[in-house]
Amino acid sequence: MSEQARHLLEVDDLEVHFPTADGLVRAVDGLTFSLEPGRTLGIVGESGSGKSVTSQAILGLHRGTPAKVSGRIRFDGVELLDLPIKDLRRLRGNDISMIFQDPLSALHPYYSVGKQIAEAYRVHHSVSRRQALARAEEMLELVGIPNAGRRVHEYPHQFSGGMRQRAMIAMALVNDPRLLIADEPTTALDVTVQAQILELMKKLQREFGSAIIIITHDLGVVADIADDVLVMYAGHAVEQGAVNEVFYQPDMPYTWGLLSSMPRIGSPRGQRLATIAGSPPSLIRPPSGCRFHPRCAYRGLVEGDACVTTPPRLVAGGADHRARCHLEPGARERVRLQLSTIDSVGER
Amino acid sequence: MTEPLLRVTGLRKHFPTKGGLLSRNRSVVKAVDGVSLEVAGGETVGLVGESGCGKSTTGRTMLRALEPTSGRIEFDGRDITGVGREELRKLRREMQMIFQDPFSSLNPRHTVGTILAAPFEIQGIKAPNGVKAAVRDLLSRVGLSPEHYNRYPHEFSGGQRQRIGIARALAVQPRLIVCDEPVSALDVSIQAEIINLLQDIQAETGIAYVFVAHDLSVVRHISDRVAVMYLGKVMESATSDELYERPLHPYTNALLSAAPLPDPVQQRAREKIVLQGDLPSPSDPPSGCVFRTRCPMAQQVCAEVTPAYAEHSPGHWVACHFPEDEQLAA
Amino acid sequence: MFQYVVKRVLSIIGMLILISVSVFALFFAVPADPARLTCGKNCTPAIIEANRHALGYDKPIVVQYFDFMKGLVSERDFPDDPVIAKNSPQSITHCPAPCLGYSATQGQLVSTMIKQAFPITASIAVGAFVLWLVGGIGIGVLSALKRGSILERGLVGASLVAYSLPTFFIGLLLLDIVSIKYGLAPPAGYTPFVDDPVAWAKGMILPWITLAMVFAALYVRLTRANMLETLSEDYIRTARAKGVPEWAVIVRHAMRAALTPIVTIAGLDLGGVLAGAAITETVFNLNGIGKTGVYAIQQLDLPVIVAVVLLSAFVIVLFNFLVDLLYAFLDPRVTL
Ligand SMILES: Nc1ncnc2c1ncn2[C@@H]1O[C@H](COP(=O)(O)OP(=O)(O)O)[C@@H](O)[C@H]1O
Ligand SMILES: Nc1ncnc2c1ncn2[C@@H]1O[C@H](COP(=O)(O)OP(=O)(O)O)[C@@H](O)[C@H]1O
Ligand code: SF4
Ligand SMILES: [Mg+2]
Ligand SMILES: [Mg+2]
Repeated sequence: MSEQARHLLEVDDLEVHFPTADGLVRAVDGLTFSLEPGRTLGIVGESGSGKSVTSQAILGLHRGTPAKVSGRIRFDGVELLDLPIKDLRRLRGNDISMIFQDPLSALHPYYSVGKQIAEAYRVHHSVSRRQALARAEEMLELVGIPNAGRRVHEYPHQFSGGMRQRAMIAMALVNDPRLLIADEPTTALDVTVQAQILELMKKLQREFGSAIIIITHDLGVVADIADDVLVMYAGHAVEQGAVNEVFYQPDMPYTWGLLSSMPRIGSPRGQRLATIAGSPPSLIRPPSGCRFHPRCAYRGLVEGDACVTTPPRLVAGGADHRARCHLEPGARERVRLQLSTIDSVGER
Repeated sequence: MTEPLLRVTGLRKHFPTKGGLLSRNRSVVKAVDGVSLEVAGGETVGLVGESGCGKSTTGRTMLRALEPTSGRIEFDGRDITGVGREELRKLRREMQMIFQDPFSSLNPRHTVGTILAAPFEIQGIKAPNGVKAAVRDLLSRVGLSPEHYNRYPHEFSGGQRQRIGIARALAVQPRLIVCDEPVSALDVSIQAEIINLLQDIQAETGIAYVFVAHDLSVVRHISDRVAVMYLGKVMESATSDELYERPLHPYTNALLSAAPLPDPVQQRAREKIVLQGDLPSPSDPPSGCVFRTRCPMAQQVCAEVTPAYAEHSPGHWVACHFPEDEQLAA
Repeated sequence: MFQYVVKRVLSIIGMLILISVSVFALFFAVPADPARLTCGKNCTPAIIEANRHALGYDKPIVVQYFDFMKGLVSERDFPDDPVIAKNSPQSITHCPAPCLGYSATQGQLVSTMIKQAFPITASIAVGAFVLWLVGGIGIGVLSALKRGSILERGLVGASLVAYSLPTFFIGLLLLDIVSIKYGLAPPAGYTPFVDDPVAWAKGMILPWITLAMVFAALYVRLTRANMLETLSEDYIRTARAKGVPEWAVIVRHAMRAALTPIVTIAGLDLGGVLAGAAITETVFNLNGIGKTGVYAIQQLDLPVIVAVVLLSAFVIVLFNFLVDLLYAFLDPRVTL
């Protein structure tokens, strides 16, 4: 029991399927992970791997749509999937809040930034409009928006991209949530602004102690901010573990591909980049066996045709590290040694 | 040194903007404000900087896809700043452009075959074995299969569309391609494929690229030389290795420091310069050095005197009163 | 903002002048003699000439135009002839400013006719407007929220049918069946609101329904489309993620955004209907602006045509202007 109470969030065998004219889209298909209070989990993966769908499932945002959601999502011991909508709403924006990739489209164009933050506060606190607006101003100040007293009355289109994302963060944190889900919060921003936003999130996490799930496709962002990493491929986790484990001891071919296809500022210039052959699989008819097998360059190292016939299970490789691959530990070790990019950064 | 393939000198592109409906104080957006740049045959020059700093406008203006406000553009030793329409059409055979979102520039109602055949017809290029064979050849050169000939753009993934965009640019056998953020919208593994493709084509044909991107590691990987832009001006330029190893401009430093490394230990251990505030408006740039409002090094003189864009060491140009290495010496 | 208003007002005045010139010019291009139309079957050339003189149709067109414009600011007399004024003052019709002219066909001042017709048109327009706005938007929102249900398909189908039926057909159908055959609704007729509000409303029910049907159908489709688009916007997801209750998500977030563009269209449509609902007025035999205008055209009654066209144009451009102001007020991204 105490083992369970340790987790703030437990996602178990989550499935989110969308019925479409072409067939059932298995956007998330058997995803399992957990998160402890105050920690940061980075979810990485190609676009279409199910990252956003997962984050929306946690908040129950697929309710009322044709999507079929099953599995278990426990937040602080409470099962969210069959929680009555009234109770779920009490959690949304209060205990769990969310920020999105494009802050311009995520903010309502017709209401001032202050009003929108105040609304998030008033939904969960019985205070007057004026008190809520004062709180909004306080939050804007906290996230580093200059002239917050004036800015609170301005509209989203009057803010720059970075300011808007700060405002979104202010809105997400106005109720001091225990979990903040950030879905590609810096993808639409310049690196300089991204750096500001990441610093801000780290600082606020230190102050508020919230757990964070940060979704991104930028491994640099994960390396910067995450304690744990979850690598998603075609709707499920293919590797997960502590950030150093996954970056320095990556345990399966897709992660190898991701890590070595990135050009790096520190590595020798001019050599060809590693690539991952092929393209992401159909989520309607996912490949048999290992979902990555059609693109995998290493399945020759696995004896027999297990990769094509049998889905690999998520198996623990280290204390805090699991991967979904049929390769023997010895073979993995040999490949890691060959991959220069991973090798060179592996020397800590 | 031999004559460069492309040389732009003091290039400016100002866009007039209207204030209110009636207000008379029309301002201009100084999108490009005095850029000088050279591209040698067969080399890749990277252009980096925050969005809105004028990278795309520079790229388009140097191809004369936009009319420069002032400045001089020379291609292959010839001044093309003022050449007329007919000449410009001929120049399009030498200089091409590819974009971040190739889909929006591909006609959705035409098959890939038709799209790729168009440049041959418009430019009247002779194809010894017929246009169709030439198009099939193009398709295989960019890593698409000839059976894609009869497909429509929407049937392709983002990476494949970018390949179509590249094939279309290659059709006229240009000597220079301006690549405007060609990989910014792609996933890393697809991005790697496109970068490899561009490099293969360069090795094969000796084409030159101007490579616009905001991802510093991508730019470093592909470029021989890199120019860093800020608010319409080049702040620093040098060979890739030089620029990334010995950045002189505080802005370059800040950019490099802001790009997160995909290596948790290094990334957490390094010292970060986090720039404060936002990009000033290009219609009302700061006096003196345009970077001074966000510069950690700024002094009084920065507000008063515009620093000259000068060659600091051979091939390494910088526009700053306090280049980094001099501070170290001081 | 102030500059904008001044500019718009000036352009409205310019436009009205332009329209009045065009109407005058057009009228003189028509190959028919308005003076001939002033008297019936047993007409002598002498009477026609006398009438022509009395109405000022013998003056050059430019002079007629300026007489008309002058009348807008100062009074006029019909006929404007000092000899007649001296000999038989009782046959002079005095027209106080703003004078829109004198209709020989009707034997009335145009302003009197307009004063009688406008309240009728306004009654039809405002009632129908409320009806189609409430009905159209209500059904539109409902069908967007019940997307994919049988209810939605029924509502959308019905609005499509209503939209494709011509106004006069709906009008005649209602008149014939609902009112005459089954007596479910009182026949149309105008009673001034101030005299008897109940009679006023009773007499207006059928015209309201007729006019509202077509518009409502259009608004159902517009509202539904806007709502569906808005409901898939990111900021709706944000609102839900904040824990905002669903009713508030729909009203405060979705409807606020989806209905704003409809305000523009509604304003313009109201302006259009206030300028005369010719078909509805004709079907129900109500002497509003539209019917007055149609009749005047049949009679080549120049002063009435000019007045109706100018009034209609004025109402339309005025509403255009008001809508732009309102829109800038509703959408913070728009600046004037
Ligand atoms: N409402 C929907 N209906 C059908 N398919 C969907 C829907 N939402 C998402 N998907 C599909 O689910 C997959 C995962 O999407 P998403 O979670 O947005 O990916 P990402 O990892 O890029 O955030 C994609 O293939 C997407 O097309
Ligand atoms: N057609 C145009 N009219 C007015 N301003 C423009 C136009 N094109 C670009 N700009 C402005 O010029 C500046 C530089 O734009 P751009 O060259 O697209 O930057 P980048 O490619 O570096 O993001 C921006 O401030 C942009 O708003
Ligand atoms: S299980 Fe087989 S196919 Fe899948 S990643 Fe491992 S080696 Fe490759
Ligand atoms: Mg996503
Ligand atoms: Mg650009």
